[in-house]
Amino acid sequence: MRQIAIYGKGGIGKSTTTQNTVAALTEMGKKVLVVGCDPKADSTRLLLHGLNQKTVLDTLRDEGEDIDLEYIMRDGYGGTKCVESGGPEPGVGCAGRGIITSINMLESLGAYTPDLDYVFYDVLGDVVCGGFAMPIREGKAREIYIVASGEMMALYAANNISKGVMKFADSGGVRLGGIICNSRNVDNEYKLLEAFAEELGSRLIYFVPRDNVVQRAEINKKTVVEFDPMAPQADEYRNLARNIDGNDMFVVPRPMTQERLEELLMTFGMLDSL
Amino acid sequence: MNVSEKVLEDILNKYPTKVKRNRKKHILIRDPDQDRQEIEANTRSIPGVVTNRGCAFAGCKGVVLGPLKDIVNIVHGPVGCGYYSWLTRRNKARTDQPNKNFLAYCVSTDMQESDIVFGGEKKLARLIDEVVEILKPNAITISATCPVGLIGDDIQAVARAARTKHDLNITAYSCEGYKGVSQSAGHHIANNGLMEKIVGEGEMEEPPGKYTINILGEYNIGGDGWELERVLTDIGYHIQAVMTGNGSYEKLKNAHVAQLNLVQCHRSINYIADMLQVKYGTPWLKVNFIGIRSTVESLRNIAKYFGDESLTARTEKVIERELAEIEPQLEPYRKICSGKTAFCFVGGSRGHHYQGLYEELGVTTVLAGYEFAHRDDYEGRRVLPHLKPDADSKNIPELHITPDENRYRLKISPQRLQALKQEIPLNYYKGMIEDMNEGTIIVDDLNHYETEEFIKALKPDIFSSSIKDKYITQKMGIPSKQLHNYDYSGPYAGFRGAVNFARDVAMCFATPTLNYITPPWKGKPLLEGAVGPRSSDPGIKEE
Repeated sequence: MRQIAIYGKGGIGKSTTTQNTVAALTEMGKKVLVVGCDPKADSTRLLLHGLNQKTVLDTLRDEGEDIDLEYIMRDGYGGTKCVESGGPEPGVGCAGRGIITSINMLESLGAYTPDLDYVFYDVLGDVVCGGFAMPIREGKAREIYIVASGEMMALYAANNISKGVMKFADSGGVRLGGIICNSRNVDNEYKLLEAFAEELGSRLIYFVPRDNVVQRAEINKKTVVEFDPMAPQADEYRNLARNIDGNDMFVVPRPMTQERLEELLMTFGMLDSL
Repeated sequence: MNVSEKVLEDILNKYPTKVKRNRKKHILIRDPDQDRQEIEANTRSIPGVVTNRGCAFAGCKGVVLGPLKDIVNIVHGPVGCGYYSWLTRRNKARTDQPNKNFLAYCVSTDMQESDIVFGGEKKLARLIDEVVEILKPNAITISATCPVGLIGDDIQAVARAARTKHDLNITAYSCEGYKGVSQSAGHHIANNGLMEKIVGEGEMEEPPGKYTINILGEYNIGGDGWELERVLTDIGYHIQAVMTGNGSYEKLKNAHVAQLNLVQCHRSINYIADMLQVKYGTPWLKVNFIGIRSTVESLRNIAKYFGDESLTARTEKVIERELAEIEPQLEPYRKICSGKTAFCFVGGSRGHHYQGLYEELGVTTVLAGYEFAHRDDYEGRRVLPHLKPDADSKNIPELHITPDENRYRLKISPQRLQALKQEIPLNYYKGMIEDMNEGTIIVDDLNHYETEEFIKALKPDIFSSSIKDKYITQKMGIPSKQLHNYDYSGPYAGFRGAVNFARDVAMCFATPTLNYITPPWKGKPLLEGAVGPRSSDPGIKEE
């Protein structure tokens, strides 16, 4: 079983990319569990065709500790298992602690069955506190993919996340599997991301181009793979899934200094305007 | 025997350089020839140094709010903070109203994991409802523990809502343990809350007695406050409020009517004393009711403030009567105590106060210090203008108090106040250092290592400190007397308290039990071993 955590700047498209990749993996016959680690609980919306999921933490609060796995785990597209960790309303309590609680809960309930090929953790935004690092601590997720784009802040966040990965590399054994570019059509984006990933000691595992079909599929509460299987974009996600499935390059990242990051942007991000 | 600079240097040299540099500033050898000797205080302890200090929560809930008897003090947090601050300070109380003494209760929200994740505000609000319904206290306080600050529960808003809902004085204190460098931060936070939301809530406009006073910084440990009340009431004072030993919301809310505030523990309560002066025009007088001479002097100073002949005469009469009662009782104890030496390391005022009482018994204090006091408690309030605020002190809000439009009264004329200030410590505390003898040691935030080393160097006959360091010194064969909570004894304040203290200390000297015991490791080794493997050892085979 490969346990994979997807991190990246807020709004970069982690949930969309994760779910499309998962959908493509199921097409390949893989059994996948998706654990949403975002208090908004929208990480499995496209696989479940809507937000019809009772979260682990809500269940825990309403039903107490004595709960069955069926309460919190739903079957989604292609036989995927879907779980949402959930969390408090914005500005209240501790969402990070919530993620720790819910992953522990999933483990004790036996959600991690041996027949699973993959577990995907879709984690909120940046690694803001210890709780959000939970999937990469204590060896839960061993592989990290960071979703980024050519925009400065996305790269900045990706670099920060690499620092978190490096921190837990010794204790949890976590490794960076690669950078996924979710294109924003920024100048020279492919080259920039390639250089960025290389600088981290990793690689650009896939470049997902921008396509409006993603938006249309989302409105229909579906992944592109399900909504329009013949669309070229569906093939992009299939390629990404294949690359992840065949990936054998797992590294301890070498996060860069702010100066070096800015240098990279100067070199690649502004080539066209020079 | 005094410690020379050389001995002190040897003790400090065991530290890593940075630690040594730090600790050196917290230790002084008293030199009366210097006009002022500076000491560093109220700064962060070094991790791993084994300090005696507590946290802001301990200072707020444990020290200042805890003793208020008709108030239910809610601890918002996981249950340990509530449990371990429950009745641990021996602050006694008698109730004036049946069923309104809540000191025996421990009330906590007992936060669980899901309260941390989803926030504990609702649970706190429910607990307040329950407390009001079941216990019907005169007021409620809510003290925050560490996780409350981390998850951002807005306890102030919960308190505000509950105050309206129940029409009851409900106050919240953001005294998370990690705030500040010691429990001292918690004292300040509690002072602010009491001043802002409780004092002045009462309807009283005029003092109920001819000589109405508040006693500030008296926590009634072992019944100290009761002994003071006995004498003060006998002289003719009306005690409006005590902060906070045996204190109550009912008394505290009218504390604004007093004509004079007595300050016993300067460290924990000077904030409120200053604020009462600004808001209601009530001066404060530094008193010390520990020790006979200090008690007599304090009583005379109070009489001087009121400047009434009959009061002065009554004061002298009571002093005479009390002295006649206790002097014969003290004599046999003095014989036992005379010529002994002591360490006196206590929280924020007793480290100073008890030196006088020791001296009267013939015991010389050779080392003294405070656990959490600030520089003004050592060097006197003259140092206050020179104190620079740091990140830790800025963490605690400073209230901006203005004179109360209706209730501000000049208690005495400014001219008379000025004249009195020359004679008695009005609005002033001179600090510990001035009273200490040449060559004695003053240590701020004494730690485990230094305790052991100074005991070895100075060989005191008694060590008076707290529960945390009591047993290490006893094991060294030095009797130990707790001055935070008096072990199981007291009162030690005032006239009769002095006799109790003399008896207890004499008992320590007369029965140095631990000196009669030879610990097993002094007779024969507890472990036996050899260097390298031996063939006779089980499990080791010779190669």
